[in-house]
Amino acid sequence: MQIPVEGFMYPNEVELQWSVLIVLYPFITGLVAGAFILASLERVFRVQAVKPTYRLALLTALSFLLVAPLPLQLHLGHPERSFEMYLTPHRSSAMAMFGFVYLWYLMAVLLMEIWLDYRRDIVLKSQSTKGGLRVFYRVLTLGSANISERSLRIDERLGYFVTLIGIPSAFLLHGYVGFIFGSVKANPWWSSPLMPIVFIFSAMVSGIAAVMLLYMFSTRLRGRDIDMRCLDKIAQYLLYTFVIDFSLEMLDLLQRIYEADESFRSLDFMVHTRLWKSQVIVQIIMGTVTPIALLGLIQILKLTEKARKRIYALAGTLTVIGIFAMRWNVVIGGQLFSKSFLGYTTYKMGFATREGLLTAIVLMVLPFLILWVMVKLLPPWPDADCVSVSGAEPAHGTS
Amino acid sequence: MEITRRHLLVLLPAAAAAWKFVLAGTPELAPNYTRTEHWWGMLIDIPKCIGCGSCVRACAQENEVPDGYFRTWIERYHVADWKIEKPEVESPNGGKQGFPPNPESGGKNFFVPKLCNHCADSPCTQVCPVGATFVTRDGVVLVDKTYCLGCRYCVQACPYGCRFINPNSNTAEKCSLCYHRITKGLTTACCEVCPTGARQLADFKNPGDPIHEFLRTHTVQVLKPHMATGAKVFYNGMDGSVR
Amino acid sequence: MAGKKTSVFKDIEHLIRLVLVMAVGAAAFVVVRAAVIPHSFGQYGHYRGDAIAEIAARPIAFAGHQVCEGCHVEVVEQKKLGKHVVVPCETCHGALANHADDPASVTPPKLDTAVICARCHEANSAKPKTFPQVVTADHSGGAACDTCHQPHKPGIEAAPAKVAEGKK
Repeated sequence: MQIPVEGFMYPNEVELQWSVLIVLYPFITGLVAGAFILASLERVFRVQAVKPTYRLALLTALSFLLVAPLPLQLHLGHPERSFEMYLTPHRSSAMAMFGFVYLWYLMAVLLMEIWLDYRRDIVLKSQSTKGGLRVFYRVLTLGSANISERSLRIDERLGYFVTLIGIPSAFLLHGYVGFIFGSVKANPWWSSPLMPIVFIFSAMVSGIAAVMLLYMFSTRLRGRDIDMRCLDKIAQYLLYTFVIDFSLEMLDLLQRIYEADESFRSLDFMVHTRLWKSQVIVQIIMGTVTPIALLGLIQILKLTEKARKRIYALAGTLTVIGIFAMRWNVVIGGQLFSKSFLGYTTYKMGFATREGLLTAIVLMVLPFLILWVMVKLLPPWPDADCVSVSGAEPAHGTS
Repeated sequence: MEITRRHLLVLLPAAAAAWKFVLAGTPELAPNYTRTEHWWGMLIDIPKCIGCGSCVRACAQENEVPDGYFRTWIERYHVADWKIEKPEVESPNGGKQGFPPNPESGGKNFFVPKLCNHCADSPCTQVCPVGATFVTRDGVVLVDKTYCLGCRYCVQACPYGCRFINPNSNTAEKCSLCYHRITKGLTTACCEVCPTGARQLADFKNPGDPIHEFLRTHTVQVLKPHMATGAKVFYNGMDGSVR
Repeated sequence: MAGKKTSVFKDIEHLIRLVLVMAVGAAAFVVVRAAVIPHSFGQYGHYRGDAIAEIAARPIAFAGHQVCEGCHVEVVEQKKLGKHVVVPCETCHGALANHADDPASVTPPKLDTAVICARCHEANSAKPKTFPQVVTADHSGGAACDTCHQPHKPGIEAAPAKVAEGKK
């Protein structure tokens, strides 16, 4: 084995089981859950200020949710057998049950909500476009061209209900991923009741930051003005969520240090050596403390619009990087130390291999490509040319 | 002789019962093997282990285990005085070629063979998403390699590090307690070749098995009892430093 | 009244279509599942029942010492005179079920005692103190162990020269 080992590892532990693709997976589903929560802020909690990002957040969530199974498929020894999880799910397995949580969220929440909100636009487009596009929109209408006042009102009511269910579903989606790790008693770095909660809050942080960045970027790209009221509000929610997330992670850390159980000495050494850069420098200092400080600064000082935009862009980017680092530290970190607590191994990430860095990069770029296509097919902009020309806004938000 | 309705009334249910019995599973294994009559485990006698590695080699040969992966392996412990929480442990290639010469070293030194503990409350079985790994009615944890997806969740869930992914089949693999041997009245490959009798197969449901007397008269432990896995591999004379 | 009723139906028609699509999807899943699921799954528990027989049918590599002893009676007698009586044949000779099945066509390979004996008997402080072990470099100066020892009866009562003529 060319993998450098320090101390003693059980012979079968030397090679890591879960690669960077398994780091990507919670990162992607986290973005989904976070983006959805941001969308629900407007729909359920009536935070009018963030309305401009409502549809964009939903489409972002869908783009990432569609890509989410791909890193898993690429990682499996037998991806052609993955359907077995739906045929014979083992009810005691968190991973098996997650397959259904994913399906529920995709079909009954996200697709449903997007369809209900966009239905009027879909019907209009099915009548105004030609050729292949026309067929596409016709299929999406499910054969019904009814966009009467009452049907739209019914959609609006139903959509509200779907979002209402969607919020706990989003928590379930990503909390479950946290539970997949948190329920493994064999691994003390993972095993913790806090794990699902930490995952949920860090997911919200990453999702809100991602939508914020996408909103800023896409608005610039379209040559329009950024709605500062919207942006300031999003940044505020990002700050609140981040403070909760950081508190939870620090609580976990402080408790570990104080109790110092059998695993602590080994984990502590690992953090100080193999995880120093990714955990302390990237995740904590660059990816958490700095964005919180920047966002907090804006709440205290009165800064110009230009300054705020720059800070939001910086804070948002650092946040997304920091949350990725957090996933890396959980997944990879949990496999770098021996379960005998007597040794450490190294992660050798390939580049152009099935589970290598190049694959990870492609998988991270893919959702943006999908989003680009979706934005073309189902424009999320409130001032898009074919919708609400008469001034009638998409039905929701006013009832 | 004519077959009357009365005959049929007796013959048919009897035939059905016999057919059901035939289908019930015993003919697939050795003719006299009934799963519910056995409950398998193992006894490892640490003071007897000489670290020769015969068991590791035999297992690899019997089960076609690829190089670099281990269904069983041997660890060499060196404990300096009272430093029971910081032993020095090594396992060069799992102990497959034995251990390098080491005539003098202070402190306490001993060998610990390790393998799948065939846990009664197996955490690896709990997390398998599809039912590719399971506990049989005779207490052996097996892997169905035509059904396994290779998700590696079971490898993460095992506290003992006894599972791995076979690079040839891309499925999970581990000690099967030589199920193909013990169901035919043979012992496991590792127990067969152990020159000192440090490894002994045990059938807890067999009242005549020497394990019962042994457990009654010796101080034994299982690995990581705080994990409450229901491990069925018992270690005699195991030091507190063993991880 | 009737007019209002049909109007409601018309306004939820798209939802009814959606429900129908989902129902068709669910039905398709149930049908496909019944066709594709392995027939022995769930027979004994949440696993493929056939797997047990498949695993139990794997080929056997080690015959077990009782099988060897059935034919090699003279070796058994020799071993009874020494300490190696407790050592199973295949510990040193390797897996020989194929030889036991067809002794004529499968010849067990000749063993290299310099390698084999050292695995058990090379001195290591982790071995039990009562177990016979030597530092082979000092003990034999590199000579093969069977120069002086007969592996089936390893004990040496007289001077090395006399034992060398023992049978293999």
